[in-house]
Amino acid sequence: MSSVDERLACKPADYKSDIKPIWCPGCGDYHVLMSFTRAFAELGLPPERIVVVSGIGCSSRIPAYTNCYGFHGVHGRSLALGAGLKVTRPDLTVVVASGDGDGYSIGGNHFLHACRRNIDMTYVVMDNHIYGMTKGQPSPTTEPEFDTALSPGGTGLRPFHPLAVALASGANFVARCFSGEPNETASILVEAIRHPGFSFVEILSPCVTFRPDEREWKNLVHRAPVAATSDPARAARRIMTDDGFNLGILYRGDRKPYQPAVGHTSIDLSELEKDFEL
Amino acid sequence: MKDSQSISIAFVGSGGAGALTAGNFLLEAACAAGWQGLLTRSVGPQIRGGEAAALVRLATHSIECMPEQFDVLIGIDWLNAQRFGAEIEVGPQSLVIGDPRGGALPPRVAAAGARVVSVPMKDMAKAIPDGRTNMIAFGIAGKLLGLSQDVCSALLAKRLGDKGQAAIEASQAGLQAGYDSLRDLEFNLRLAPPKQSATKRWLVSGNEMTALGAVRGGIRFAAAYPITPATEILEWLAPNLVKAGGALLQAEDELAAINMIIGASYGGTPSLTATSGPGLSLMIEALGLATAAEIPLVIIDVMRGGPSTGIPTKSEQADLNIAVYGCHGDAPHLVLAPQSVGDCLFTTQWAVHLAEALQTPAIVLSDQFIGQARAAIGRPADVAFVGQRRTASDIGSAAGAYRRYAIAGSGVSPMALPGTPGGQYTADGLTHNERGVPTSAASDHEAQLDKRQHKLERFAYGDHWATIEGDGDLAVVTWGSLTGVAREAIGRVNRDGVEASLLAPRLLFPAQPAGLAAALEGKKRVLVVEQSHGGQFHRYLRAHYDLPGVVKVLNRPGPLPIRASEIHRAIMQWRS
Repeated sequence: MSSVDERLACKPADYKSDIKPIWCPGCGDYHVLMSFTRAFAELGLPPERIVVVSGIGCSSRIPAYTNCYGFHGVHGRSLALGAGLKVTRPDLTVVVASGDGDGYSIGGNHFLHACRRNIDMTYVVMDNHIYGMTKGQPSPTTEPEFDTALSPGGTGLRPFHPLAVALASGANFVARCFSGEPNETASILVEAIRHPGFSFVEILSPCVTFRPDEREWKNLVHRAPVAATSDPARAARRIMTDDGFNLGILYRGDRKPYQPAVGHTSIDLSELEKDFEL
Repeated sequence: MKDSQSISIAFVGSGGAGALTAGNFLLEAACAAGWQGLLTRSVGPQIRGGEAAALVRLATHSIECMPEQFDVLIGIDWLNAQRFGAEIEVGPQSLVIGDPRGGALPPRVAAAGARVVSVPMKDMAKAIPDGRTNMIAFGIAGKLLGLSQDVCSALLAKRLGDKGQAAIEASQAGLQAGYDSLRDLEFNLRLAPPKQSATKRWLVSGNEMTALGAVRGGIRFAAAYPITPATEILEWLAPNLVKAGGALLQAEDELAAINMIIGASYGGTPSLTATSGPGLSLMIEALGLATAAEIPLVIIDVMRGGPSTGIPTKSEQADLNIAVYGCHGDAPHLVLAPQSVGDCLFTTQWAVHLAEALQTPAIVLSDQFIGQARAAIGRPADVAFVGQRRTASDIGSAAGAYRRYAIAGSGVSPMALPGTPGGQYTADGLTHNERGVPTSAASDHEAQLDKRQHKLERFAYGDHWATIEGDGDLAVVTWGSLTGVAREAIGRVNRDGVEASLLAPRLLFPAQPAGLAAALEGKKRVLVVEQSHGGQFHRYLRAHYDLPGVVKVLNRPGPLPIRASEIHRAIMQWRS
């Protein structure tokens, strides 16, 4: 472990790798990466004690762009992979990164159960309301009238409400951020990582290539007018009635994280055989 | 009265009637008295109202399969017994015991020419407060086999201890009534006295042995989704992993289960999941990820009838193709198969060792037959196979110097575990270079495919890769749970004065062509035996091996087991 003094010396650049991102110029995810490195530096965590886990999609490329340990797994399963890692290595800081397709569509079931399980890790979803890597198909958060080649005239479907789902499923910390405000996002990530249990941070992160209209998001976002609540009923009302651009920590619960005791006991394995003896 | 070296007895009843309990009690009492025994189960899919059978074979020697005909068949009732069809055969020498109020004898049983005796088990049970019909059946079986009633009675006290004294006494009264009911019956078979055994003996299921083998091999984390017939592995691991300092997570589905163990193994904890065919199908994408990212893990597949939902409660050997070839892309990984209830321990332990040593997934193809069978076995020897992974603990401080997927001679490159300073890398399912950085360059792609193929090919697996026994110019080539059946068939062939050999690979992938060529050198006839409609094992052999001489295939789908008598007949007919 690094000493306290060394930790204080951490700079955001210490958490960035030498790999050049594949993201388009202007992609919101560059700012998310900046928020990650700023948050890690503020937390003073040695890079080798952080693991960034992801699935598939533009946003899921983020692990290799950090100087932390990383796992770029299959589409939609990053929360399960992160859960197995955190349960067996509670000493590590686990951050799971995803997008609206990876996290809410193919990985939707794992989202529910990760919230319910409440393992101490942080789940960051970079939401751009579109599938970018496959060139512009509708995601669960795409507006119903948004026209794409795969959904001529729009899907006509009501968008998924990730924050409401997270709250209802048992997430212990729910926040919304905007990638264009990397300092504020970094501060919320610091709180999310520090908060025990499953922390869910939705980051609105524009896709300027397939959703140029999302350049307007910077004019639409606004800070939540009141402080975070620990009352799920109040949080639910706030989340269900806001305009989708309300930023900040919207719920902060106190549910005990799930963490089995691992590595603490070790018995003589022959004791396990006793039940088998005739 | 003649002493027999082996007696078989089947209990059938509708689901919930207690046939399995009666069979298990009989097995345990006989084994406690010193005999060897095997119990397999055949049940319908319903929890209540279906059909259940406990097939018990007791012997003076170790046994690995069921006979073609049962000496005794006890119908606690006959309500759904016709559904077993040919799975439970009786003949003119058999004794069938039924309850006059238990429904009509199944036509197949009635036509067999067996002696049929009526015992009013239901009425006898009714006469005992809280009496159970299956305890009467247990008593009848104990009496017929010449088991000491005291041993059976003591077993009831031990097994029903947590249900209270009243329950024990009710069961003991039922047992007594069963023993008394056949006082005047002439039954000419009796088990020969047991041989004394010097070694400690266990009464276990294949699934329990799989679970113990996993823990002995070093598994400390499991994640899984419940599925028949693999659930007993998980239920054994849940408390026992905790005792061993590990943990089990019940996942939301099999997709999550395998990804959870990939995460845990990436963190350095040897990890396992257990499932059956439908679950393995769901896990295949992540199996490819673990192969590409070089993450060791063990997947137990307790095979059942397929495809699709198939026959969840009954055995088949038809997951070989998906286990070996299921992944997209070229994704070589380990595939192994245990050969008996006891061998589930060794093969699983060895699989953990191999997976960890080679940093790759291992699939262990058990099946419902041995997984849910219970057998008396000698305590399996302790073996030294424990998972030992090459890790990178001392890494130079130069930034980016560590190469997770370095091309080394053996193909196995040291793995940095999270927490190791300077070892940071991103494990990736994307084609990557030696550092782990994604690439689409042809040279990197081929180099890493070569690396992963070479590490499997260059490893010295030793003699454990196959069971090779016997002589003669005819070889029976089989695998998995049919190994014991083939062994019994060859024993009978030998007693008929004919030689035959047995070859059963425990390691199915990577194939061992040199080992097989040596084992089959000079053979003129090869009889391939497998429980698969499509002949998957035969096709696998043809794809990976040169088979000498003339090859014949004895195969059929589950759940009707291939009998030793069929293999015996196939060999003898081929000889003449």
